[in-house]
Order: sequence, then C-alpha cells, then structure tokens
Amino acid sequence: MTLTSVLACAAVLLALGPLAVALGHSRVATRLVYGTSMVASAVSLAAAIVHLIGAVVPESITLPVGVPWLGAHLRIDALSAFFLLVVDLGAMSASLFALGYGRHETAAGRVLPFYPAFLAGMTLVVLADDAFTYLLSWEFMSLTSWALVMSHHRVPDNVRAGYVYLVMASFGTLALLLAFGLLAGPDGLYTFSQMRGAHPSAALGALVLILALVGAGSKAGLVPLHVWLPLAHPAAPSHVSGLMSGVMTKVAVYGFLRIVFDLAGEPSWWWSIVVLAFAGVTTVMGVLYALMQHDLKRLLAYHTVENIGIIFIGLGLALAFKTFGMDFAAALAFTAALLHVFNHSLFKSLLFFGAGAVLGATGERDMEHLGGLIHRMPQTAFVFLIGCVAISALPPLNGFVSEWLTFQAILLSPQLPAWGLKLLVPAVGALLALAAALAAACFVKAYGVTFLGRPRTRAAEAAAETDRYSLAAMMLLAALCLFAGILPGFFIDALAPVSTALIGAHMPAQSGSQWFSIVPIAASRSSYDGLLVFMFMIISGTLAASAIHRLASDRLRRAPAWDCGYPDVSPTTQYSATSFAQPIRRVFGTVVFRAREHVQVPPPGDTRPARLIAELHDLIWDAIYAPLVVGIGIAADRLNRLQFLTIRQFLTLVFCTLVVLLLVLAVWS
Amino acid sequence: MSGLDFDVAHLLAGSLVLVSFLELYQDRLYALLNVYAAHALVLAASVAWQALIQDAPHLYVTATIALIFKAIVIPVALHRMIVRLGVHREIDKVVGVGPAMLAGMGLVALSMVVMLRVTQEADPLTREDLAFALAVVLLGLLMMVTRRNAVSQVVGFMSLENGLVLAATGAKGMPLVVEISVAFSILIAFIVIGIFLFRIRERFDTVDVHALDRFRGERR
Repeated sequence: MTLTSVLACAAVLLALGPLAVALGHSRVATRLVYGTSMVASAVSLAAAIVHLIGAVVPESITLPVGVPWLGAHLRIDALSAFFLLVVDLGAMSASLFALGYGRHETAAGRVLPFYPAFLAGMTLVVLADDAFTYLLSWEFMSLTSWALVMSHHRVPDNVRAGYVYLVMASFGTLALLLAFGLLAGPDGLYTFSQMRGAHPSAALGALVLILALVGAGSKAGLVPLHVWLPLAHPAAPSHVSGLMSGVMTKVAVYGFLRIVFDLAGEPSWWWSIVVLAFAGVTTVMGVLYALMQHDLKRLLAYHTVENIGIIFIGLGLALAFKTFGMDFAAALAFTAALLHVFNHSLFKSLLFFGAGAVLGATGERDMEHLGGLIHRMPQTAFVFLIGCVAISALPPLNGFVSEWLTFQAILLSPQLPAWGLKLLVPAVGALLALAAALAAACFVKAYGVTFLGRPRTRAAEAAAETDRYSLAAMMLLAALCLFAGILPGFFIDALAPVSTALIGAHMPAQSGSQWFSIVPIAASRSSYDGLLVFMFMIISGTLAASAIHRLASDRLRRAPAWDCGYPDVSPTTQYSATSFAQPIRRVFGTVVFRAREHVQVPPPGDTRPARLIAELHDLIWDAIYAPLVVGIGIAADRLNRLQFLTIRQFLTLVFCTLVVLLLVLAVWS
Repeated sequence: MSGLDFDVAHLLAGSLVLVSFLELYQDRLYALLNVYAAHALVLAASVAWQALIQDAPHLYVTATIALIFKAIVIPVALHRMIVRLGVHREIDKVVGVGPAMLAGMGLVALSMVVMLRVTQEADPLTREDLAFALAVVLLGLLMMVTRRNAVSQVVGFMSLENGLVLAATGAKGMPLVVEISVAFSILIAFIVIGIFLFRIRERFDTVDVHALDRFRGERR
C-alpha cells in the first residue's frame, strides 16, 4: 500500500517534467511544477513516515519494465523508508521554497523540466531492489542534477563545474557498476534478495567495500573524491543546491549502507579502519576548506563534505563494533550516523535556502560584498542563525544530539579488542572534536560577515526581506531543527527498526524516560536532556534580560556616541571574511594549503593602495587530479594518430588484434 | 562415421587451405582470379560432401550457390572488371612472397592450436573443419593486409567469407535461411565494392588504394 502510493507520487513527478517542457517559461508553469512537486513529496513523505513508525513489513513489487528477464524490482523496507523520509522532507521544503524563489529564476525553462525528474530519480534510487534499477535510477539522478547545475550555462565557472561533475559522476557509477557486478557473480544474480543469499568470499567482499566507498563516496563527497561538490552544488539554483547538498549526498550514503551493511556479507574487522581513516580526513579537510572560502554557497558546500565525514565516522564505528560482536555499541554508532543524516538534511537545506534568499535579495554570493543584512532581512537572519547554531553542534539544537551520540560511541572504543582500532578511534575522535570547533568558528564568520556589521556594498544596503513562501520553508525547517534537538528521543526510537534490520540490535527505547532525556548507554554514564537545556536557556535569558532592564541605572548621561570600535566610518574597515579566517589560515593553512601572504607595496608616486595577497593551493587537486588531467591529455594526443591511419593500416590493426587474442587464447587455455 | 567420410572431408578442407596459400602466393591479378575460382570450386565440393555425409539435402543448395556465384559469376565479373579497368597485367604486393608464406604458416599453426584445444568435446570431423576454416579466414585477412590493389583485397575478403561458409557447414544443424542470407549479403557486398572500384578509378585513375591515402594528405 505504502509502496504503491510512493510509486504513484514518483510517476506524477516523472510526468511533470515533460509537462513543464510543454508549458514553457511562464508564471503558471512555475506554480504548477513546484506546487505539484510539493504535494507529491508530502504524500510520499506521509507514506514513508507511516512505514517507518508503523514498523510495517517490507513490501516489494516487480514492474514489467527494464531488462526483459529481470523486470524492475522495487522494495520498501525500514532503511528505504528512512531515506525516503529524508528525500521527501527535503523535496517538500525545497518545492515550497521554490514557489517563491523560482519566480525570479531567469532560466526557468531549463530548471522546471529537470526539477521533478531529479526528485523522482532520488525516490527511485532508495526504492530499487535490483542492481539494474538501482544503477539506472542513480544515473538518472546524476544526469538530471547535472542538467540543473548547467541551467545557467553561460557562466564560465558553471561550465567547468558541470564538466567536473559529469566526469566524477561517471567514475562513481563505474565503481558501483563493478561492485554490483562482483556481487551478482558469474550467475548474474541481479536482484538484491539473491545477492543477500550469495555470501561472497572475504576477498570479494573487500573489493566490493572499496568499490562502494569509491562509488558512493564520490557522490557523497569523501576526500579526495570531493572535488566536484564545491563546484557543482553552488552552481545550481539555490533550492537545487539545498537538495543536492542536503539530500542527494544522503542518497549516496544510502547506496553505501545498502551495499556494505546489507549485501556484501560478513564484514572483516579492517574494513572499519579504511572507512574511519577516510572519514576522519574528510571531516577536518572539509571544514578547513570551508574556512578559507568567502563565497557563501561554496562555504556551505564544503561543510557538506565535513558532515559527510561525520556520518561516515559513525558508520565506520558501527562496522568496527559489529565485527567484534558488540551489537549494542554498533547500534549506538549506527543510530548516531543515521540521526546525523536526518539532521544534516534539515539544517543544510535551511542554510542553502537562506543563502538563496540572500542571493535573491542582493544578487551576491560573496560574503565580502554583504553585511548588515540583519536589519534588512530580519526573519531570514533569524532562521539562518538557527541553522548556523544547529550545524555548529550547539545545544539545544539537533546537530548537537547526533554529534554527541557519535562521541558516546567513540568513548566505547577502548572495549574494542583490536589494537589498530584502539589507537585509531581516539585519533578520529580528536579530529571530530577539532572539526566541530572549527565549524563553529566558520559559522561565526559566515553569519557575522553576512548579517552583522554594516553593508559593504550598495546591493547589500538595498536588500529587502524575502517572500513568504521562502520564509515559510525556512521556518518549517528551523522548527524541525529545534524540535529534533529538544525531543531527540522520538527520532532515536523511530530509527530502531532500521538499526535492527542492518545491525541486529537497536538502542534502548528513549521516549519513556523522564523529562524527555536521552540515555544512550546507562544513566550513570551519560545522559542529555535537550528540553531542560532549552528551558534553562529561556529562563536564564529572560531573567538576565529583565534583571538588566530593572536594575540598570536609568539616569541620563551625556557621552560621545559608541562607535563600536570603528572610529573610521568606511564599511571596509570592518572585519572581513578573509581577515576573520587569518589566524586559522596561519595555523593550519600553511601546511594544508601551503598558504602564503605577500604584501604588495606600489612604487613611490603610485596612488594605488598597498595590498595584502593571500595565496592558497589546493594540494589534493595538485597532487591527484592535475597529473591525471595531464596524463590523459598526453595519451589522447598520442592516440589521436589512430584516426588518420590508411585503410590497410586499419585492416592490419584489426588483423593483429585478432591474432593477439587468438595467441592469448592458445597460451592461456 | 566411416573412415572414408572423414578422410575425404579432411582432404577437401585441407585443399581449401592449400588453395588459400596459392592465392597468397599469386601476385598477378588475372591468375589470382583463377585461383579464387578454384578456391570456390573446392569449397563447393567440400560443402557437397558435407551434405552427403551429414544427410542434409539443404547443404546441396549452399553448394550450388557457391558453385554458381562464387566459382563462376563473381570471377567472370571480376575478370571483365579488371579488363575494363586495364589493370589485368598488374603485379601487386606489399610484403614479399617469402614472409607472407611464413606468416601464413604461422597462422595455420595458430588456428590448429586454438581450435583443437577449445573444441575437445566436439566430434573429430567438426574439430578439423573448424580448425581449417579458421585458417582460411585468417589467410584471407592476411591477404587483405598484404595487398595494395583494391581488387586483390576484394578477393581476400571473398576467400575469408569462404572460410566462414566452411565453418558453418562443418557444424551440423545450421539453418538454410542463414546460409542464403550470408550468400546474398556477400553478393551485395561484391556489387557495392565493384561500384566503388569504378568510382575510385574514375576519380584517381587507379585502383591502388595508396592513391586514396595520398589524396587524404597522408605520408606513406
């Protein structure tokens, strides 16, 4: 029942694409596409919630499309239902946001047809139950999102972003294709239920793990496969950026979970080392990259890389505990990772929508050209602040809960028997702590430079509050962030069926505990109560404010006006994004980015001002991708000659190939 | 299967390989066409013998097609063509006779090694047939590679196709429809190539394919 209703919604979304082409570029088309997408996502969301909360048995259906002897197998179980919830929640809020934001879209004719198709693609990926359907939906999702990235294709940066995205997406799909090929084996067992029964050998399983990590990791943004993400996510229209960052990366996490936890058989203990090492590096590198940015949307995209790292830390820990039979700790780590998937999809969508609202109001993405928006866009500023607090993992919001649970799992690591993990996990914990602190610094920068202070340009000065649809979408997400932060017990309990299905255990029920507190291990060890923290903050804040108002002196006094420490009235004397990040650039950047600063002093008599030039190098690009690009260029130049052979040389080539193949056959068999 | 059945089939298929070597050796175009006619004649005999011992009357149709089209129509047509083109006295070779023959021997050895090894379960007649057929195919390809004149390349292509027919008739149970369609496709290919030959000649005053390369501005 739930599956058919979800599929009906996906069919509506698929049909909406061609309809949008027919309607063309008009106000009606915008309303129709986004309105229908919102309703379809809401219905699908309701079905997913019913399936997850009601703990209904998995449903499956086989459609007579696709490969003739296979058909399209679709199935909804607890894991699919949870990720469907994430997808549909993001899709619904993005559609609501776009009802307002999409009206200003200049290239609506290139956005509207692909938007519902993209949503349908993501829905089908999480429902797919055979390798062919999975890969088809995955590629469909990649291609439609690529088309959305390229919607403003006249901008030169977007063309490069689209190209890099296309190459990396194809590479990722190739890895997944090989992974599924290995799992299917020589007999061609392409449905997931057949793969589950196949029990691959240890070596095969290890190969599948690596391929899944590369394939799903390149879509999710694991370092060093993240290069496309900060280029492509900001290039798309803002509601699509929110979807790509908040939701599509989670679909990639789903792919990893489905392959590694569900299909690849019994894990070996060293698998977790690989996952944890990549995850730890991803977390810190993501946030360091983000700190160096002053483009608001690109900064958010790099934070997605960081948060994917946090999610993979949770998954790596779950693998480690699971292989040593510590089911309870594995369930804790796994639940923490899934909760972070949910939380990140909420606040990252919220932040991208906020950045979109700022972009719509000012036409600027560069923070150095913004400032003082809190007076001009007070409501947007408020919800963006909630998003910033949530992503910085501060209580009482939701980001804190999932990162705290991840730390609780890390603190259980001394019980692990393997020495490698005993040493690695605390190191990863230190990286996670570092990343959390740096993320907070980064969002102080992002919020402070964008919304506080005084406007740096005329565009920022002339900004006006955004429309009510966009505000409604952002407020909905902000409310959910607060709700999930104050009452996390309900969300943890809702994840129990997923954890039971993949790990074999689940965290103890939280919703019955006093005052809605959560107790992951034992009350004597640690507990957290979001509601109490929230109430304490409200009460102490109110008391302090009223005390100051009541007790402070109200005598009149004459004094020079407080200039906030800026005696010079020019807005350029304010803290800028670059100057805020300077201490961190000095400490980390000199090693990680080979950051150098030069002072350029003009010669005497020249009236130009002296300039401070900060130089950064992306070492990952320089070390891995640049040589690869050069190598491919050289090889292509060499192979180009093959196009200009004579007929006889072509024949000789065919002949020699045939003879060589026969020789191989003769020697080998 | 009696010993005589096998021996005669073996003899005919072996003769086909031998005639392939003759083709490889012959560098005068006029004589080459005669050798090709002999090639097709041996093929027709071989297919007819297969029809007899396999008790498969439809193979007689194949044999007749081979006899009429490949041993008579196509060689006669090619003869007239090269006379009209005025190339019937030309000598054509890129690689010398010695190296070409040595390479041909290597290819026959290779096809024997490959085929006899991969078809261990098949019956001996089919195995031998397939091995000889592969040798004929490879020799045809070798001929196309070592010749410069478009007419000899056509002959190489036709003898390659003869090898395919030999392989097909050696394997039991190939439907007649397939054979007829293969025969007709070869005929059409022959017509198309013939038209092309005249077009090439009209434009470049030669059927030497190097002229095409020169026209494209390539170095030789």
